[in-house]
Amino acid sequence: MPVEPQTLLIRAGETERQYWRDLWNYRELFYFLAWRDILVRYKQTIIGIAWSLLRPLIALVVLTVIFGKVAKLSSGGVPYPILVCAGLLPWQFFANALTDSSNSLISNANLVSKVYFPRLIVPLSSVVTALADFCISLAILAGLMVWYQYIPSARVVFVPLFLALAIIAATGAGVWLAALTVRYRDFRFIVPLIVQFGVFLSPLGYRLEEVPAEWRLLYSANPMVGVINGFRWALLDSGVELHGYSVLMSALVAGALLAIGVWHFRRTERTFADTI
Amino acid sequence: MAEPIISVRSLGKRYLLGARQHGSRGFRHLLEDALKAPARWARGLGARRDDGATGETDFWALRDVSFEVQRGEVVGIIGRNGAGKSTLLKILSRITEPTTGEIHLRGRVASLLEVGTGFHPELTGRENIFLNGAILGMKRAEIRRKFDEIVAFAEVEKFIDTPVKRYSSGMYVRLAFAVAAHLDPEILIVDEVLAVGDATFQQKCLGKMRDVSRSEGRTVLFVSHQLSAISQLCRKGICLRGGQIEAMGSIDETIRAYLATAQERDGHWVYRGFEELRKRKRLFFREVSVSQSPAGVGSTIDVRHPFTVEVVYEVVEPLSDIELALRILTSDGRAVFTSLHSEADPSAPSETRRGMYRATITVPGMLLMPGGYFINIAAHRPAGELFDVQEGVVPFTVNDTGTVYSRYGNYSSIGVVMPRLAWAHAAVREGAK
Repeated sequence: MPVEPQTLLIRAGETERQYWRDLWNYRELFYFLAWRDILVRYKQTIIGIAWSLLRPLIALVVLTVIFGKVAKLSSGGVPYPILVCAGLLPWQFFANALTDSSNSLISNANLVSKVYFPRLIVPLSSVVTALADFCISLAILAGLMVWYQYIPSARVVFVPLFLALAIIAATGAGVWLAALTVRYRDFRFIVPLIVQFGVFLSPLGYRLEEVPAEWRLLYSANPMVGVINGFRWALLDSGVELHGYSVLMSALVAGALLAIGVWHFRRTERTFADTI
Repeated sequence: MAEPIISVRSLGKRYLLGARQHGSRGFRHLLEDALKAPARWARGLGARRDDGATGETDFWALRDVSFEVQRGEVVGIIGRNGAGKSTLLKILSRITEPTTGEIHLRGRVASLLEVGTGFHPELTGRENIFLNGAILGMKRAEIRRKFDEIVAFAEVEKFIDTPVKRYSSGMYVRLAFAVAAHLDPEILIVDEVLAVGDATFQQKCLGKMRDVSRSEGRTVLFVSHQLSAISQLCRKGICLRGGQIEAMGSIDETIRAYLATAQERDGHWVYRGFEELRKRKRLFFREVSVSQSPAGVGSTIDVRHPFTVEVVYEVVEPLSDIELALRILTSDGRAVFTSLHSEADPSAPSETRRGMYRATITVPGMLLMPGGYFINIAAHRPAGELFDVQEGVVPFTVNDTGTVYSRYGNYSSIGVVMPRLAWAHAAVREGAK
């Protein structure tokens, strides 16, 4: 390792100027933490990594039955399971990323109180772990498409765009909640509530069109509304339109979440070791 | 002389006691904070640290500490529990930020404040080397290059693909130290890691640290309770007391100053500042000491004989149902046992009047394994209010003074305790001669 001739100044009440450089220097830690979480997650389970398929699969069946068979909502010509799946996968990514990242600092409390590194790495690596799960669970969608012999739309190239939006929303909220949880453990109980209500407040089992037009914009303040709408529009050939205003609204909210989250995190980060 | 590699100027660290005791301030405060936020903004960002108004008590863990360390020096930092050693190291390793003052660090810092930080029990030794290396700031290529060296130093070749949860504590410590020692930092900060592990390995670690400083010209800051290790390794020393520098200079002078602090003799802990405690607490601990006859108070205990822990506490107002608890922990923080007053003496009166009390607890001989220990003492209502707690006081050492076990050398494989049990022994059937 080349020795960097660096002088580090630690001064009371001063935010380190080299924070972002440090974040870059520690990028491998970021990778290692995510790798550890993936490696450890399914230790001592019988079916192992299959859980990351089984969990969305069960939710998929439940939502399909409730909304497609019991409520008999229209899918706009798309096989109902595919419609649900296209929305469920990004939602589950968001829910997992949010839950894991908001708990990440306290579950790594020993690290936070014993070693220095830019703390942002911890919640960020939880998002990466959730992203890995998301990629695995894409197999379900692929499987469904093969089963129903459904060819996705050419707009599929836009999927990364909406995935990015989901990442921004999850990171923003996750980072913010992680910082809050260090100080106020109340959030450990609040986050599951958010996720629980989110299931109903996101168009998972139904299309955005089912929501009355006058409510759609307000509804889209939930950033996952825009993400799910976008995913479906990009993946499905017919039956789902892209609601531009919804996506824009969701993007704005996601961006705001990220800005506030990172700002609050950076502001409180220096005292994490004392309060955790 | 060249520019010092570490220069610390009027460093201070303040904790708010109220905040520390409750850990988290709760959601209600968050709402209050949020409501008050606009007003704070109006007053400007400088006013954010609203002192005094919160009603929390200040505690300066460090106050006005200044010193310089030259490149290649090995500095021992000594002081009693609560003197501010750990806080100083935490600030130097950027884990927490100082309240006042500033530090210039002219080199890469690696700190080993706790053995095996970030080790994950489910991961194998190999995986943990990479993970731990990354946590300490190493690059993957660098870890790969030093991998064999680390494994050889830790002597865990055979178990490198076994999850570390199956490691013995000795192997665990060796691996953790090996990773940190191969970090090649310009400044290495080591806190009390040698307290664990067997004597051979301790010597090996000391040797490694000596190499790191002498032949490679690196700077080491070393905290330990073991004065022998400190004096072996360090040439300079800093003695902290009550958050301030008590003595600084050559290691011999510093150790002398440390031993001369008469009020806190070896094996005897005394709280100073009673007046302030009387205002805040309904009960508090004044003194804790460890003694063994015939030597009296002292931190060196003979494994074969019983010793006593004496606790002096003051009851500020009449209290009912005080439960006193004594816990003895190994120096790496595992509780060996907890003894409750009411368990030993169920007939103890439930009302306690104002005054000063002394509790004497006798710990039998042949119980604790040879090694380092410290004491936690607490007074609380059963499953309720905590009156006072003192953690990590009176570090003491149990020495093997010639049990039959000593001939086997490695205590970690013998067990957790070392009881002398009654063996009834008779032949069931004996063969002919």
